Amino acid sequence: MALPNKPLGELPAVANPEIAEHECDVLIVGGGMAACGTAFEIKKWAPADMKIILVDKASMERSGAVAQGLSAINTYIGENPIENYVKMVRNDLMGVVREDLIYDLGRHVDDSVHLFEEWGLPVWKIADDGSNLDGSKPAPKLTEGGKPVRTGKWQIMINGESYKCIVAEPAKTALGEENCMERVFIVKLLLDKNTPNKIAGAVGFSTRENKVHVFKCKTMVVACGGAVNIFRPRSTGEGKGRAWYPVWNAGSTYTMCAQVGATLTMMENRFTPARFKDGYGPVGAWFLLFKAKVQNGLGEFYANSDAVKDELEKFMPYGASAVTPTCLRNHLMLNELKAGRGPIYMATDVALNAFLDAARASGKDEKEVKKFWKHLESEAWEDFLDMSVGQAGLWAGMNIEPENVGSEIMPTEPYMLGSHSGCCGIWVSGPEEDWVPTIDGPRSHQYKWGYNRMTTVDGLFTAGDGVGASGHKFSSGSHAEGRIVAKQMVKYCRDNAGFTPELKQTAQELADEIYAPVKRYLEHVGKSTAADVNPNYCKPAGLMMRLMKATDEYGGGVATYYMTSGKLLNICLDLLQMMREDAELMAAGDLHELMRAWENYHRIWCVETHIRHIEFRKESRYPGFYYRSDYPTCDDENWKVFVNSTFDPETKEWKCEKVNCVNIIETDPWI
Amino acid sequence: MPSYVDPEKCDGCKGGDKTACMYICPNDLMVLNKEEMKAYNQEPDACWECYSCVKICPQGAIFVRGYNDFVPMGGQVHPMRSSDSIMWTVKFRNGNMKRFKFPIRTTAEGAANAYLDLKCDNLDDEKLSTEKDLPSPDPAKLAK
Repeated sequence: MALPNKPLGELPAVANPEIAEHECDVLIVGGGMAACGTAFEIKKWAPADMKIILVDKASMERSGAVAQGLSAINTYIGENPIENYVKMVRNDLMGVVREDLIYDLGRHVDDSVHLFEEWGLPVWKIADDGSNLDGSKPAPKLTEGGKPVRTGKWQIMINGESYKCIVAEPAKTALGEENCMERVFIVKLLLDKNTPNKIAGAVGFSTRENKVHVFKCKTMVVACGGAVNIFRPRSTGEGKGRAWYPVWNAGSTYTMCAQVGATLTMMENRFTPARFKDGYGPVGAWFLLFKAKVQNGLGEFYANSDAVKDELEKFMPYGASAVTPTCLRNHLMLNELKAGRGPIYMATDVALNAFLDAARASGKDEKEVKKFWKHLESEAWEDFLDMSVGQAGLWAGMNIEPENVGSEIMPTEPYMLGSHSGCCGIWVSGPEEDWVPTIDGPRSHQYKWGYNRMTTVDGLFTAGDGVGASGHKFSSGSHAEGRIVAKQMVKYCRDNAGFTPELKQTAQELADEIYAPVKRYLEHVGKSTAADVNPNYCKPAGLMMRLMKATDEYGGGVATYYMTSGKLLNICLDLLQMMREDAELMAAGDLHELMRAWENYHRIWCVETHIRHIEFRKESRYPGFYYRSDYPTCDDENWKVFVNSTFDPETKEWKCEKVNCVNIIETDPWI
Repeated sequence: MPSYVDPEKCDGCKGGDKTACMYICPNDLMVLNKEEMKAYNQEPDACWECYSCVKICPQGAIFVRGYNDFVPMGGQVHPMRSSDSIMWTVKFRNGNMKRFKFPIRTTAEGAANAYLDLKCDNLDDEKLSTEKDLPSPDPAKLAK
């Protein structure tokens, strides 16, 4: 038959997959930086007979947000007091954060960075003459007193193309390759049959063979990153893939944990980074290493204007810091764009030529200046080639040489994440330390309940993007957090030695649920002559576009310059309700499409929590990330609190509530 | 900037259990057509242009063509990755070329210490296996 009515991929799905059942003590869901931290750490604490399995949707060597590489490690405390790290994060995230989690992260993160360097990650150093040495040049290690090249207070430069490969290698070795299952996508967590609010397992499927995997475990960490392609991106054709955050992050962490009753926190937070337009290349090194400034379309360096100072006065104490919070920097940029003073340029030409002028002024002859320029040019391009090659490709296609012409920057579509300059995620216990406040009430109000980074569900842990109200961990902090969780999970197993997990559903019932989109496809595909257009089902690709259109138009996406309102949000929730129903009608003809179907379930749920939280919070906490036209100001008097939400898996009801935010580190001085 | 496969160079990894590109793609995009014994990118608009497939392909058969919704034709960025460094060739639309070489690793592949022999037992404090200290906030800097 010449009609295009057949599965898209090379691995057609069948109605009745094979079922594999696994039992273990500890299940690690995810394979990124956090999960690699857990894998590296856990056997150092675990008894020899403890069974631990890691399950990754991709291959650990190149999975997660660091898959492509990075040009910097954004959290390295080094010589700074950890208290100052807490203050920086608190200010950047507009005051509403878990300072216990942030301090705890800060005291562990450097040990992970030291391991990375030991494992072979090249870390730039400052030479005796003050110049920058790349990480392959002989120099003392960080632990030997080597001085990293700082770009700002907290970041250090690396040659990080192979960052993830280097971190995954000892993680796999430590856990044992035989305990690492790759290309298995966990899509649902499972509660215990006998004890309420206790994790007992998870279910997923292989993207390589028709096989459903059912796991029983005593404890579990879920660390599968943030959420991407949840709002309509600025590029909707091929460029849809050029998301700023990894396009394979589908909100699985938040959705899967929420569905079993884990309390979420600050899901209203989002990140809309200002990046080089279209290619989404990083701007940090340009701002901090090359000291570049942004220019509006009139050629004005607007960031230091009196008008900007007046604007920042409206957001005290946050606006007063030397480094303006990320959302407020966006806010200032959006004001320029909305006033018609766009586009905004990163003045790369001005910045690079200033370095050359300084070199000449210092007495360097033209030959030396040329050598200096080669090094500088190489540093500038490496920033993209290490972590965002597509931006280099865009410059090549556009004939852009940064020394000759500036490049446009633009705030992106919104993303949800908890490890970068964002803080949505899951409400977890802090460490058992006396400086962590003891608070009465349910776990959703408390700061600690026995196991560091455990969610409000017994035995369920999270790390990295999963942990809410504690941003600015980045790659290194996510790894450290995964290590924290490793030790806590072993402790949990020790304390719950008598627990035998039992599932509520049979393996066959679970497999039928996981493969429902396949059964639907096979049943109905013959009812039209085009596999993607059928009255009985919808395809994942189309449903994703429907989701992104609804969030963009009603949930404060780029279409409205991130503006929304109670009215618009409630329309969005109505649309999401119908989308949730229609998601039950998704069809998948091959294994890749089945993965896309389940990613969509995760996206839809995850966005719903985001919209619910924004709706509940009657203010605009993050101007520049989103605005509510009906509550346009940042209202510290009434809303300097967490918004936590909990889905009850029994009654299927959501509950949003205000939760007190406690300052642990001094507030005077604020920074 | 989706990846694409040069059919002259791709040998389907000689029909092995897993082709290199299929093994590595973080987004499950690279697939092998077993009849043709050639790989292809099955969903170009979901390609993050992470270059994992380009870097790993033993035949050097995978390249990247800029996203057609914003990248003008003619440019190309292509790497050659070894065990300790990576060499990038950047070709501009106007024909200009730049080459950059960066280190990627200071140890041999497989040499990262997993600390297999390190065993710890005090589960009741917060110290991690390779840590020496466990700081607490300075009492003078605690909120009043």
